[in-house]
Amino acid sequence: MNIRIVARRLLFFVLVVWAASTIVFFIPRLSPRNAIRERFGELARTGGFSPADVEKLIASMQQQFGLDKPLLEQYWQYLGNILRMDFGYSLSRYPMTVTDVIAQSLPWTIGLLLVTTVISFVLGTILGAVAAWPKAPGWLRSTATPFILLTGVPPVIMGILLLFFIGFRLKWLPLGGAYSVGIVPTWSWSFFIDLMEHQILPALSLILGSVGGWVLSMRGMGITIQGEDYVNFAEHKGLTGRRIFRDYYLRNALLPQVTGLALALGTVVTSAVVVEGLFGLPGIGTALNLAIRANDFPVIYGIVLFITIAIALLMTLLEFVYPLLDPRIRAN
Amino acid sequence: MTLTSASTNPAAPNVAIVQPSRLTLTLRYFRRNKGLAIGLGILLALALFTIIGLLVIDPKKAYPLSAALKQSPSLKYPFGTDFFGRDLLAAMVVGMWQTAFIGLLAGGIGTALGVVLGFLAAYFGGWVDGVIRTICQILTPIPVLLIQVVVAGSLDKRDVTIVTMAMIVAMLAWMGPTLVIRAQVLTLKERQFVAVAKLSGVSDMGIIFKEILPNLLPFIAAAFVGQVFGAVFASFYLAVLGLGPLREPLLGNIIWAAQSQGAFFNGWWWWPLEPAFAMILILGALALVNMGLDELANPRVRRTE
Repeated sequence: MNIRIVARRLLFFVLVVWAASTIVFFIPRLSPRNAIRERFGELARTGGFSPADVEKLIASMQQQFGLDKPLLEQYWQYLGNILRMDFGYSLSRYPMTVTDVIAQSLPWTIGLLLVTTVISFVLGTILGAVAAWPKAPGWLRSTATPFILLTGVPPVIMGILLLFFIGFRLKWLPLGGAYSVGIVPTWSWSFFIDLMEHQILPALSLILGSVGGWVLSMRGMGITIQGEDYVNFAEHKGLTGRRIFRDYYLRNALLPQVTGLALALGTVVTSAVVVEGLFGLPGIGTALNLAIRANDFPVIYGIVLFITIAIALLMTLLEFVYPLLDPRIRAN
Repeated sequence: MTLTSASTNPAAPNVAIVQPSRLTLTLRYFRRNKGLAIGLGILLALALFTIIGLLVIDPKKAYPLSAALKQSPSLKYPFGTDFFGRDLLAAMVVGMWQTAFIGLLAGGIGTALGVVLGFLAAYFGGWVDGVIRTICQILTPIPVLLIQVVVAGSLDKRDVTIVTMAMIVAMLAWMGPTLVIRAQVLTLKERQFVAVAKLSGVSDMGIIFKEILPNLLPFIAAAFVGQVFGAVFASFYLAVLGLGPLREPLLGNIIWAAQSQGAFFNGWWWWPLEPAFAMILILGALALVNMGLDELANPRVRRTE
């Protein structure tokens, strides 16, 4: 991979981040809705401030957030802030910044996403490879079928079904929350088990519907590769089936899967956001849910922008991984 | 049938070979393309449920305080009622209709935008193509659902209606069809019949509408179904996050409301479960039709099993 390609990828990444930031900056400003006024309007109704005081508060807030400056100046300042990952202050938890809110909830989301994505990708890829491999035992090849049938069921709906059957009817697992009510988080074994019990259903609702997609793409790729000359050649050379499967077949079929992973990142993250909300896990999704309910605009925009940047970054990183996997790309 | 009897029975040489009727041919195609048939069947059943429901049931019952609270499914309320006193049967009928409306409107707008832009890019090429393609490429990695969250969140809650919902969804969903139609037009415009038409002096518009567009119809149909699927899913997603028109019994809204009231914790299991099943049926049927149409549009990718 030469410098020009790297530079082009990086430029594309910067363009995507710029486009997303610009959209997130201008859309709310096109709307007649005034976040600060609404927020303090609520306070004035509940707290019994005098209207004049509220107006003063709003004016000082506008000044503090820089909303009284010309639009273009605000835009430049905003772009500079994005570069420093500064998304402003949360309105509903005021002294906290949006970055604090994200940092607080991020570990939960990363944990859930990492585990579920890895499990469904690895499981789907292996099942798909086996399903297309004619020498695999029949029972193993048909394990993929139930997953294929579940493909495309949105994770939220999968979550509701799991909650009903496993949580509500069978009462095997808890109905939501990060850990049982009344338990104090400690570094103990029992707390860890409790924590895991609460993570199983959210994880399953993300995994069950997505394995099938990986199975289908891997199976399609596998069927194509079996007709390739080099696989025939390996067979006639007398290599063991195991060796052909691993080195000739799996390795070549994996590449499009990695591309698929990069393309699926957006879907994976957005579906995790709703699933977290459904189960009330304290991740980014719940933070977004709460912000939507509280009209906490900086948090909504900050989270959306943060996720978009993270996805674009991961996609760019994955593109740099291809050459490590594929010698053909390295040569060019 | 006539054909086989004629060939196996040489004693009756005068049997005419009857061209099977359109209906028979369609039914035969459905037998080969089972996914399409099943998908269309489910959609038809859902449409019947909605239409009969709208005729029989009072739509006012789908709104709060019109029925007893928190009744589990019974003879009087076959689907039960919710915390806010909505009859869920009526809510499902109205919600299904609204979901279909958003899907068709947003899907239609998205497809139309995609067709026009894809055509412009491919037919005129040059900088037009460059600009449209670059915009599509930059927008593609941005998770559209999240941008829609920003748009829906910026609107005043009272301004969010079924129609604005459809607009929000359609606004950012034209990239897929644009790229598909662009690719198809690019290959079509190099075909010989287009060259012949050009040589015989047919105008640009004539070539676009008489030569290229008819060949694109299967692709447009497939793109449309894909767009409807995307629109239904996107509006569902926004509604589940609480960004939908909160008063309306949209399927996602029902789930959002059930979740905010802790439906499972309180034992009102039917409340979130019914919209979930309805959504599975709608999305599953649309996915089947989409795959079936892909096969119809692209005979080359037909299954080789």
